[in-house]
Amino acid sequence: MTAQQTETATRQPGGPRGNRRHTPKVNTSGLYQRAFREAFAKLNPRIMVKNPVMFVVWVGTIITAILTVNPFIFGPVQDEGPRLFNGLVTLILFFTLVFANFAEAVAEGRGKAQADALRSTKSETTARRLRSNGSVEEVSSTQLRRGDRIKVIAGDVIPADGEVLDGVASVDESAITGESAPVLKEPGSDVASSVTGGTRILSDELIIRVTADPGKGFLDRMIALVEGAERSKTPNEIALTVLLAVLTLVFLIVVATIPTPASYINSPVSITILVALLVALIPTTIGGLLSAIGIAGMDRVAQFNVLATSGRAVEACGDINTLVLDKTGTITLGNRLAEEFIPLNGHSMREVAAISLAASVFDTTPEGKSILRLAEKQGAKLDFNRNQAEAVEFSARTRMSGTDLPNGEEIRKGAVDAIRGFVRSRGGQAPESLEAAFTRVSELGGTPLAVCRNDDIYGVIYLKDIIKPGIHERFDQLRRMGVRTVMLTGDNRITASVIAKEAGVDDFVAEATPEDKIQVIQAEQAKGKLVAMTGDGTNDAPALAQANVGVAMNSGTQAAKEAANMVDLDSDPTKLIDLVTIGKQLLITRGALTTFSIANDIAKYFAIIPAMFAAAGIGALNIMGLNSPQSAVLSALIYNALIIPALIPLALRGVKFRPLTANQLLQRNMLIFGLGGVIAPFIAIKVIDLIVGGVGLA
Amino acid sequence: MTQGFFQLAIALAILLAVAPFLGKYMARVFMGQRTILDPVAGPLERLLFATGGFSNQRAMRGGQYVRAILVSNLVMGILVFAIFMLQGVLPLDPTNLNAPDWDLALHTAISFVTNTNQQHYSGETTYSYFSQVGALGFLMFTSAATGIAVAIAFIRGLTGNSLGNFYVDLTLSITRILLPISVVGAIALLIAGVPETFAGPAVAQTLEGATQYIARGPVAHFEIIKELGENGGGFFGINSAHPYENPNNFTNLLETIIMLVIPAGLILTYGIMAGKPRQGQLIFGMVFIFYAALIAIAAVGEFQGNPLVNSILGEQAPNLEGKEVRFGWALTALWAVSTTGTMCGAVNGMHDSLMPPGGFATLSDMFLQIVWGGQGTGTAYLFVFLILTVFLTGLMVGRTPEFFSRKIEKREIVLASIILLAHPIAILIPGAITLAFPEILAGISNSGFHGISQVIYEYASAAANNGSGFEGLGDDTLWWNLSTSFSLIVGRYVPIIALVYLADSMTHKQPVPETAGTLHTDTFLFTGVTAGTIVILGALTFLPVLVLGPIAEGFAIAQAALGLN
Repeated sequence: MTAQQTETATRQPGGPRGNRRHTPKVNTSGLYQRAFREAFAKLNPRIMVKNPVMFVVWVGTIITAILTVNPFIFGPVQDEGPRLFNGLVTLILFFTLVFANFAEAVAEGRGKAQADALRSTKSETTARRLRSNGSVEEVSSTQLRRGDRIKVIAGDVIPADGEVLDGVASVDESAITGESAPVLKEPGSDVASSVTGGTRILSDELIIRVTADPGKGFLDRMIALVEGAERSKTPNEIALTVLLAVLTLVFLIVVATIPTPASYINSPVSITILVALLVALIPTTIGGLLSAIGIAGMDRVAQFNVLATSGRAVEACGDINTLVLDKTGTITLGNRLAEEFIPLNGHSMREVAAISLAASVFDTTPEGKSILRLAEKQGAKLDFNRNQAEAVEFSARTRMSGTDLPNGEEIRKGAVDAIRGFVRSRGGQAPESLEAAFTRVSELGGTPLAVCRNDDIYGVIYLKDIIKPGIHERFDQLRRMGVRTVMLTGDNRITASVIAKEAGVDDFVAEATPEDKIQVIQAEQAKGKLVAMTGDGTNDAPALAQANVGVAMNSGTQAAKEAANMVDLDSDPTKLIDLVTIGKQLLITRGALTTFSIANDIAKYFAIIPAMFAAAGIGALNIMGLNSPQSAVLSALIYNALIIPALIPLALRGVKFRPLTANQLLQRNMLIFGLGGVIAPFIAIKVIDLIVGGVGLA
Repeated sequence: MTQGFFQLAIALAILLAVAPFLGKYMARVFMGQRTILDPVAGPLERLLFATGGFSNQRAMRGGQYVRAILVSNLVMGILVFAIFMLQGVLPLDPTNLNAPDWDLALHTAISFVTNTNQQHYSGETTYSYFSQVGALGFLMFTSAATGIAVAIAFIRGLTGNSLGNFYVDLTLSITRILLPISVVGAIALLIAGVPETFAGPAVAQTLEGATQYIARGPVAHFEIIKELGENGGGFFGINSAHPYENPNNFTNLLETIIMLVIPAGLILTYGIMAGKPRQGQLIFGMVFIFYAALIAIAAVGEFQGNPLVNSILGEQAPNLEGKEVRFGWALTALWAVSTTGTMCGAVNGMHDSLMPPGGFATLSDMFLQIVWGGQGTGTAYLFVFLILTVFLTGLMVGRTPEFFSRKIEKREIVLASIILLAHPIAILIPGAITLAFPEILAGISNSGFHGISQVIYEYASAAANNGSGFEGLGDDTLWWNLSTSFSLIVGRYVPIIALVYLADSMTHKQPVPETAGTLHTDTFLFTGVTAGTIVILGALTFLPVLVLGPIAEGFAIAQAALGLN
């Protein structure tokens, strides 16, 4: 049994996105205008050089621009009136650059808008700082420093991240979590003692120790990442950039070695056409969209109200092999409800109900309340004065709670073996039938609680665990994707196995302590697996740090959040499943656009090569039947430029993810982006050629 | 026509029947399992290791392996160069040949150390029997064995095992594979009429009373390792077109099959050693389709003949220029595609005289380097292409790319990229320079498109470590000897070093368990995707030179024929 039941949201996993909470309204007005301006600003060579593929285009644009001004600067040219053609090529290359920059700028702009929305929840406020002598001074929240002690009273916005030192108060955290119910904050307790800047205190007052300098708070740091300001490339992105750079280099060699053989057969090639071939062959499509895809991936996570500390963490989500999930709140609804009383030892149903009522009268947990409701429904009534009775609190050590009656009788309820021990200590004996009742409830997937009066066991309460609707299907999907699920629960083995079976998890650890998490994670990692988990308590922190993807609940402690690489603002552990999908979607999008970009080369080759060597009598290679050599080159380049903005929506939205096996996914995406990437440009270039010919450009 | 295509079908059927046996056998040899040759080869190896003072047989790390390759190759190269320069004072020189020019000797030494056997000379008039047998014959074994050893180290690394010991694998390649097959094959060639003698040239009086010197020598044993080891350096200048190297249809068939078996079988060996036999079979199938398609292109081109000649003849005749009539158009096309595909480089006809489709097929073979590919290295390149395909398309399954359960990351991509880069650098750059100064440097015997083919062929042959020539090129000049030496070295050692380090880096990776989310590379779909990647990355790079060479030439001939009719 877990000591504490956490209140959790009851969003149905996999439910429609509209039902999910989102960050406060993101303001996207003027986004595209700003991005367009930004696209020009990014033409600065010092920025361009970071993207080797686009930098080659940048250099090519400069060369063709020079050739537009003076077509003969690099030697005699055979073509008639090359200025117009060179000018058109320059213009198209220029827009190729602008479009690529625009893609990145839009992605960044969206990130910024998202960040602004998050940041708007944190405005500058006046803080009451406590001097060392205890007196209060009013300062601006920006002047607060780590270690300062502040006092907040009902109605204040909490000025900084901090830890509650004194006081009990309810705090409205809806600004960051979207959860409207206020949260109780008090010192000492693991989860409830941390407060976040920007949230509002509703009642009473708190003394808080500031744990972060202004602008350096946890959320500030996370928000900066969403904004893209501190984004660093992920390992896979770096490797892909290397390969794209090498392909660019290969094609640079190919193009640079064309002039001498061409001259050898008296069919010299103009520099403009060489630049055009180079730009068409190098992977500009993926080169232009790569960073936008990465930024958009972070952004999609943020839209899900999860803040990731790095793109690396989002990427790792796609690779996850094993999810380690807490049963309560993730697989089952947080609250177990009393379903049935099972009388033992010759007691009647009424007696069991009455004793259960007496045992639970001080129990304010949802479970306790459900026992009261069930007992009252069965007609049980209190037969003692509540005010004279004494509550026995639940503790993790005793694993039971109850009531000491005014007449000295001790009424207890708790884990079956705890009660058995209690009865024995009072000189009693547990009935044979206890074991049978225990087994029966466990086999139903419920939690058995025994109730007793002094040395006499009256019966067993069947607490029913409710598995979240739809969770079974989610686990099936995960299994098809090759992700294994491991459930951790404090329940006994039988209960755990029943719930595991019903929910469809692959494995479970019963009677688990929070410390078991790290062992499970290490065991999986030793097999080479990547593990994701959620956690909120300080004792989860080591496991969160050990996991490849650790998602801390925002309601959790600072330690947990620091150790994790993602923070869920909604504190909904089920989201881990969605994060796997987002990670995979990011990788699929990157792979799909890479494949598409490289498959495009075939058509571009067939457009430009016949045009380039038109004098060599290879007209038959012009299988698209393009108008003229100049029109062919322009059409291929226009296609090459336009495909970038055409794919921006896909890059930002991501390729739709379907829970299929790897081979099915490959087949599907290969058909769309591989085969499509071979065929689409043939059609598009032909159409553009007809238009270019039609308007008489070439 | 029927006869020609029937001959092709028989040869391909024999290859399909033999390759699996050799593939399995080689896997057993390198996995240390029992083989039928144990009783013979075992004591021989122990003797070799003992006399060589070679007791340390520990597995090598990447750097050690690379050092072992480079040092052993350098030592062998210097030794052979010295033999050439001193051949005038060394024994077995019945025709009293003196040392060749230093640049030719250097080129020959590098060419044979790199398993290329590009020959800028005629064997019978340049090198003594001692140089041919003692120096070149020696390198024919060791250079082939070096390739096999690297290939084995590579697959071991990919599957997470240690790379093994270079010297052990080198020795095993010779004692267990190259030597036994050579002994049997050489005897078969002897029986079929190939000479094997240390006697000088035979002297004959012709009917007109002239004296004729007929070159001969220890040919049979030289011939078999020439084919088996993908060496290709002929004892005689005209290589396997010479009746003493390749007298009849039986020897021609035997030599064709022999040059294909090791690279073809090695693909299956890879599958077995990786524990994924299906992977090997699928890749084998893919390569077979490439191979059959290129044979078809070349054979149809030869069969249709030259339309210009045919219009003068007034009939449809196959192209027999530069061919031995005893082999005909079909077997010459088969040989041409096989020898350029396997990086053997022996020829049984003049590739210069192939019709443009033949030029296209042979050049494509050497650009791709995987249509069976060189001894060992070809199979390794195939797996490098698999890795690149996984990296480019593998993301589409929603996981970061992994191959054989190991993540492909920046280091692996850098190393694979080096392999991808080396080939165009070694072919296109010297080719472009040569064509920039055709009068000074080239010695090209043809103008126009065919001249471009000649130049590019020579560098492609050097860079791919093939060794065959387009012929007609005046290639024994300082420029050609030195510039092709550059291509030989870059084409051989840059990829080999990258392969070893790539394998080394995969060895040390933590394997990722396979799940339903893992991309399986041993499927028809993925094999097809790999074929597409090979075409786009491997062949499109060379499309401009293919267009300017054989493709444009083909169109030009067709155009001219139309004009005649």
